[in-house]
Amino acid sequence: MTEKLIFELSRPGRRAAAQAPLSHVAVDVPAALRRRTAPALPEVSELQAVRHYTRLSRLNFGIDTNFYPLGSCTMKYNPRACNQLAMLPGFLGHHPLAPARCSQGVLACLYELQDILMHVTGMAGVSLAPMAGAQGEFAGVKMVAAYHAARGDTARDEIIVPDAAHGTNPATASMVGLKVREIPTDAAGDIDLDALRAAVGPRTAGIMLTNPSTLGVFERHIADIAKIVHDAGGLLYYDGANLNAILGRVRPGDMDFDVLHMNLHKTFSTPHGGGGPGAGAVGVSKRLLPYLPLPFVAQDAGGSFRMLDESDRPHSIGRLSAFAGNVGVLLRAYVYSRLLGRDGMRRVSEFATLNANYLAARLAQRGFELAFPKRRCSHEFIVTLKKQKEELGLTATDVAKRLLDYGYYAPTIYFPLLIPECLLIEPTETEDKDTLDAFADALCSIWDEAKADMAKLHGAPWTQPVRRLDDVRAARHLDIAWKPAVVEAGV
Amino acid sequence: MSNVPADLKYVKSHEWVRKLADGTLVIGVTDHAQDALGDVVFVETPAAGRKLAAEESCAVVESVKAASDIYAPVAGTVLEANAALADKPELLNDAPYGEGWLWKMRADDIAAVDRLLDAAGYEAVLAAG
Repeated sequence: MTEKLIFELSRPGRRAAAQAPLSHVAVDVPAALRRRTAPALPEVSELQAVRHYTRLSRLNFGIDTNFYPLGSCTMKYNPRACNQLAMLPGFLGHHPLAPARCSQGVLACLYELQDILMHVTGMAGVSLAPMAGAQGEFAGVKMVAAYHAARGDTARDEIIVPDAAHGTNPATASMVGLKVREIPTDAAGDIDLDALRAAVGPRTAGIMLTNPSTLGVFERHIADIAKIVHDAGGLLYYDGANLNAILGRVRPGDMDFDVLHMNLHKTFSTPHGGGGPGAGAVGVSKRLLPYLPLPFVAQDAGGSFRMLDESDRPHSIGRLSAFAGNVGVLLRAYVYSRLLGRDGMRRVSEFATLNANYLAARLAQRGFELAFPKRRCSHEFIVTLKKQKEELGLTATDVAKRLLDYGYYAPTIYFPLLIPECLLIEPTETEDKDTLDAFADALCSIWDEAKADMAKLHGAPWTQPVRRLDDVRAARHLDIAWKPAVVEAGV
Repeated sequence: MSNVPADLKYVKSHEWVRKLADGTLVIGVTDHAQDALGDVVFVETPAAGRKLAAEESCAVVESVKAASDIYAPVAGTVLEANAALADKPELLNDAPYGEGWLWKMRADDIAAVDRLLDAAGYEAVLAAG
C-alpha cells in the first residue's frame, strides 16, 4: 500500500483549521464523566488531511468508475437524482423526534414507498424499519416465529433452507432460535421436491427461498413448494436478494409467499457496499400483518400521516432501531421508484435479464462452460471454470484477480458452493452492450493468457495498489486493530 | 484425480471413517473435499462426550472460500477431537487422511459403519458429481 495511515502522518502540535472542533460548543458533561487524557487523534495539517483523503478516494473502485458485475449483489447505478432529492434541506434538517404535524412531507414519502413496495411485491403490508438486509431477514423470520407462537403452535422449530441458499438464511434462522434443515437441489437447478416432502412436518416453521435462486434460474416448482409447505402448516419466506430479476413482472405475493425482505440497496438502487447504511424493508401477507416491526406510517381518515407505535400494534415483534430505519436511504429508494414508475420497473427486470442472458450466451459461444446451459438465466448466471482448472490449473481466484488488471471488479467467486470454480456474474440493467462485449473479451483474453503463461495469472493483479493478498494468512492471523508504535510524550 | 484410500469407509457428504482395532472410529474429510474447499483457515470440532446422531452436523471447516458443515457418519459418542487443528488447520489440507483427522468416536452400532460406502462406491459418487 503506497498510502500511509493518517495516524502515521501525525506530528504533535499540527492542526487542520477546517477540521478543528468549534471552541464555543457548550460542555455540560459532569466533570466526573469527562475524559482526562486527550483522545488519540491524528495531528495533521489541513493540506495533509486533504491530500490523504484525496489520494485514498483515487484508490476507490466503484460503480461510478467501472463495471461491477458482482453476482447476487445487484451493483447497479445509483441515479444522481435520488441523491439530490434526498438531500433537500427539508429532509436533511428534519429531526427524527419532530412531532407528526411538522413531519407530514417525509411521512408522506415513506407512506407512499410502503404502498409502492406493497404493490410491486403483492403483499398486504410493508414496514420500512429494518436497517439492512440481515435485519430484514431477522424481522421476517421473527414474524414467522411470532405467528406460530400466537397460535400456540410451539413445536415448530425448524426452518427449511435449500443448499443453494445465501449463507444469511441459515444464520438468520439460528439467530431467531430455529434449527436449520437443508434440502438438496436437483441437476436442473430446481429444489428436490421429494426431499422437501420428506423434510416437512409438524416441526416445520417455514422455508426460506430466493426465487430466482442463487443458481441464476427461476424455481419452476414454486407453486408445488408453496402447497407442500403450507399444507404442512409452515410459512414461506422470500429472500429479496434477486428481486431485480422479476421486478414488476412476478410478485412474491402471487407465488404465495407469506413474508419477504427487500434489499433496497440492491433492487431500489440506494448506495451499496462499504457497510451501509442499508435498508431491508419487509412485506407480509395478511396473516402476518399484526407482527410487522415498528414503526411504520399510517394515514388517518383526515389524510394526515403518523408513525404507528406499540399502542396501535400490540402484537408487533417490536422495534429494530431507535427511530424509523435509515430514512435517508428510504427517501432515495422512494425517488428511484417514482422516477421509474410501473413501466420503468418492468423495464428494469427486462433489461437486467436481457443483459445477463446476452452475456451468458456470448461467453458460451466463446467456449466458457455455463453451470446450467439448458436453462434461460435470470438476472445473473454461473460460469464454471472446472475445465480450465483441470487443463491449465487456472482457478476462479486467478481469473478474479486478473480481471482487476483489466479494470473490472471481479464477479462473485466460489458461490454458490454447489458449483466448482464458479463465477457468479450479474451485469445489471444499467450496462450497455459495449461494456458487456468488452467484459466478455477480457475473460477470453485472460483464458488465452493462461494458456501461454500461467505464472502471469497466478501473480495477478499486477497493476493494483496491492498485489495478490495472502488471504489464508489474513484469515488465520486476523489483525485488524492499528496500534501506535510509540505513544508521544504528553498525550 | 483425488486420493481415495481403499481401506476406509465413506459418506457421500465427503467424510471418511477409519475403524481401529479396538472399534474406535476416526473421522475426517476426504482429499476431494479438502481440495474443493481450498486452504482451510479454521476448524471447529465436537467436544469429547458429545452424543451424535447419524448425519448430525457436528463440525465446521472454514476455508478462504466457504464454511462447510461436517456430518457424523454414524450415531455414537465423541471420544476425542483433534486438538492440533486449532493451531494448524492446514493439516487438513496437507494430510486429510492422516494428521488432519477431525474426531474419534465410538459408534452406538458398529454394524452401521459397514453400511457406509466403500472406496469404489465413493469414487462413483465423485464421478457422478
